[in-house]
Amino acid sequence: MSEATAQHSHDEADSHHVAATNTGIPNKKLAMWAFLASDCMFFGTLISTHLIYRRVNPDVVIDGNVVPVTSIFDIELTSASTFILLMSSLTMALTVSAMHKHNVKAARWFLLSTIFFGSLFIGAQVYEFNHFVHNEAHPLTLTNTIFGSTFYVLTGTHGVHVLIGLIWLTTWYFYSFSPKFNEENVMDIEVTGLYWHFVDIVWILIFPLVYILEYI
Amino acid sequence: MANGTTTTIPHDSGHDAEHDKPQRSFFRLVQRPQQGCHPVIDWLTTVDHKKIGIMYGAFALLFLLVGGVEALMIRAQLFLPENDFVTARLYNQLFTMHGTTMIFLAVMPLNAAFFNYMMILQIGARDVAFPRLNAFSLWSFVAGAVLINLSWFWEAFHGGWFGYAPLSTKDYNPGMGADFWILSLQILGVASLAASFNFITTILNMRAPGLKMMRMPVFTWMTLITSFLIILAFPAITIALVELMFDRHFGTHFFDATFGGKPILWQHLFWIFGHPEVYILILPAMGIVSEVLPTFSRKPLFGYPLIVMSGAFIGFLGFAVWSHHMFTVGLGVVATTAFSLMTMLIAIPTGVKIFNWIGTLWGGKIHFTTPMLYSLGFIWMFMMGGFTGIMHSSVPVDHQQQDSYFVVAHFHYVLIGGALFALFSGIYYWMPKMSGKLMNETWGKISFWIMFFGFNLAFFPMHLLGMAGMPRRTHTYLGDMGWNEWNMWSTAGAMILGVGIGSAVVQVVYTWAKGKKCGMDPWDARTLEWATANPPKDYNFARIPEINARDQVWANKYGKPEEKSGPGEPEPHGIHMPDRSWYPMSASFGLFMVGLGMVFHKQNFLGWDHTLEMVYIGGGILLLSIYLWALEGPRGYHVHPEED
Repeated sequence: MSEATAQHSHDEADSHHVAATNTGIPNKKLAMWAFLASDCMFFGTLISTHLIYRRVNPDVVIDGNVVPVTSIFDIELTSASTFILLMSSLTMALTVSAMHKHNVKAARWFLLSTIFFGSLFIGAQVYEFNHFVHNEAHPLTLTNTIFGSTFYVLTGTHGVHVLIGLIWLTTWYFYSFSPKFNEENVMDIEVTGLYWHFVDIVWILIFPLVYILEYI
Repeated sequence: MANGTTTTIPHDSGHDAEHDKPQRSFFRLVQRPQQGCHPVIDWLTTVDHKKIGIMYGAFALLFLLVGGVEALMIRAQLFLPENDFVTARLYNQLFTMHGTTMIFLAVMPLNAAFFNYMMILQIGARDVAFPRLNAFSLWSFVAGAVLINLSWFWEAFHGGWFGYAPLSTKDYNPGMGADFWILSLQILGVASLAASFNFITTILNMRAPGLKMMRMPVFTWMTLITSFLIILAFPAITIALVELMFDRHFGTHFFDATFGGKPILWQHLFWIFGHPEVYILILPAMGIVSEVLPTFSRKPLFGYPLIVMSGAFIGFLGFAVWSHHMFTVGLGVVATTAFSLMTMLIAIPTGVKIFNWIGTLWGGKIHFTTPMLYSLGFIWMFMMGGFTGIMHSSVPVDHQQQDSYFVVAHFHYVLIGGALFALFSGIYYWMPKMSGKLMNETWGKISFWIMFFGFNLAFFPMHLLGMAGMPRRTHTYLGDMGWNEWNMWSTAGAMILGVGIGSAVVQVVYTWAKGKKCGMDPWDARTLEWATANPPKDYNFARIPEINARDQVWANKYGKPEEKSGPGEPEPHGIHMPDRSWYPMSASFGLFMVGLGMVFHKQNFLGWDHTLEMVYIGGGILLLSIYLWALEGPRGYHVHPEED
């Protein structure tokens, strides 16, 4: 009974028997895909709220003055942080790939770089928010314009997703030193990777639709 | 499973010896309950889908009665013109809470009870894909339900179950009622979403060998479609509620017209959730009826592929018709025409289903048992509701009927005559499987006829009231409008319906306690759940069955030789069952505390001034529970079933 027993111990009932699932996809991965499907709808709702309100209210009026959004935005910084987030997707892919090759050491380094890039992105977002709010000429806050309301809630929700991803990745980083960390966790990290890639992809939508569109 | 495939997976030595012992870990806060623990602890920490299903059902019936009392108070108020049984404010709270309770706390969890209990058995699985997540769904539902009903002790929401902004914004609804409502719905949303991820994974991945998609029982199909509807529709209301909460508490302007916000955004977001929600409520009912009719007609379901596909088509169209709730808003000719046409399209798959059900009955040897009566009642009353639905899909007609009692009649025919009658059909049909005991047929039939009569007496006159111009949600009315008589009949009917539902609930409780025991297949039924013991063992199936036919149990009894199947492979190492866990419950409790703390934000809660602390503590409990949950693993124990 030994091997069959041990095999079950780290997973929900039978989920890692890839061959045993009807679709051939492990349970955790399929559940993550289902979660991401609903997350698409979360972000879809927020992005459409922002775009529709942007179209309805072409002027951003702060303290009685029409303020072009481009004078508030810092497109260079955001472009840089977008690039950094993309890089984190690359290192995440490398993490998963290293895990598949059973190279835990390399995976750990790639994991750490993903955390580093992700943190840089979050740092840039915190700086950006702070910068916008304390913009001396025309501060953009959550409450002074509808643009501020939709912008901060949308990008803030994305930021929360990144933050959850960072907590998750950091947990993996420390857990990877545990003796219980074994090859069964390869799939778990792959699932975390799916989440991380999704968060990046959403940003790839937000960046042109919320930022670049203002410059066109 | 072949033993050879497992040898490549390395594991730390000593793991096996550790396996069946209580867990010892640095992170262990509480003893993980083992086999033979106290029954109360067993139910609180269970990860067994059957116990979870039973608890869903019990809570749903409880809240059905709560919502019913709210409904009867509404009807009592409308019994006489210029009545002052309740105040206008309480009346508004009553219809708000009645709608919210019935949809989210009664019909959806009653559906979930059968999803949990029956769907797993129907696909020949041992449990859902994530048993602890399943328990988390249940306890989050309980947390949300308790939170929203707590609001009665402070201030219940009085803005309608649709919560239209700006009626629900701070300016027009300054009290805590709206906050209770918003946060409870968010928690209930978490519960529904988590359950749906679980069911989708379970159905797609964990079917018994040979159970192809097009061999799945229709109820399982409807569970799958409903789960997809939930994961795609709930995010819209979640975001709408987030936006409303930000407007109320953090000064944003999503629904604030002075800053360029548009209240109509709420309506769009609400109904793009709200219309699929209608199908979330009715598709499982259609699934139940599609199980009951063939069983008691002694015939296979007529047009199985069409029933399945029309279910999927209804689910798909459900997302394309939301604006028919907004015909009178003034969206313009193109939009209303498009949504009118899309809405009329839904009549096609629905009609297909109804004709298939009639085709199932046609030439069958019909047994008029209680579940069959409820299912037949469903077809008749759902058709009634469907016909008035077609009337609403016509824009000019809808302009007349909007916000009149005609609409109330329509959706009660769909949701009581439809969903609730089908659910009672399911209760009477599946009770032998869930409790091992048969419900009393005579009493069941009496209850059915009381319900059927009371329901039609209560809601048919509302069509007439609506056509006579009586508006919805009105607290009272003058005596010379010509509405008095029908309102009296309607209230009398509602009381009779209440007696009928109450008697059925009493029967459920009585059967559970003292019912007559029965065999594993008392109805001579068709699908896989009837191949298990009565009630099923923890592991459901001693051997996972192999499937060669759509109605395997029927095929084994009466089918062609090539469709019959053997008992399946025995498990070489015994059956692995996951352990119980405290953490789903504690995580839900954390969620509840976060919600409660946010409702009482800046208010005094039972002498506690700093309720923001409660949010932090609740969040901490939630986060800690998630970590402990992840670290404890499902672990588990082995069962070696004596074959029965």
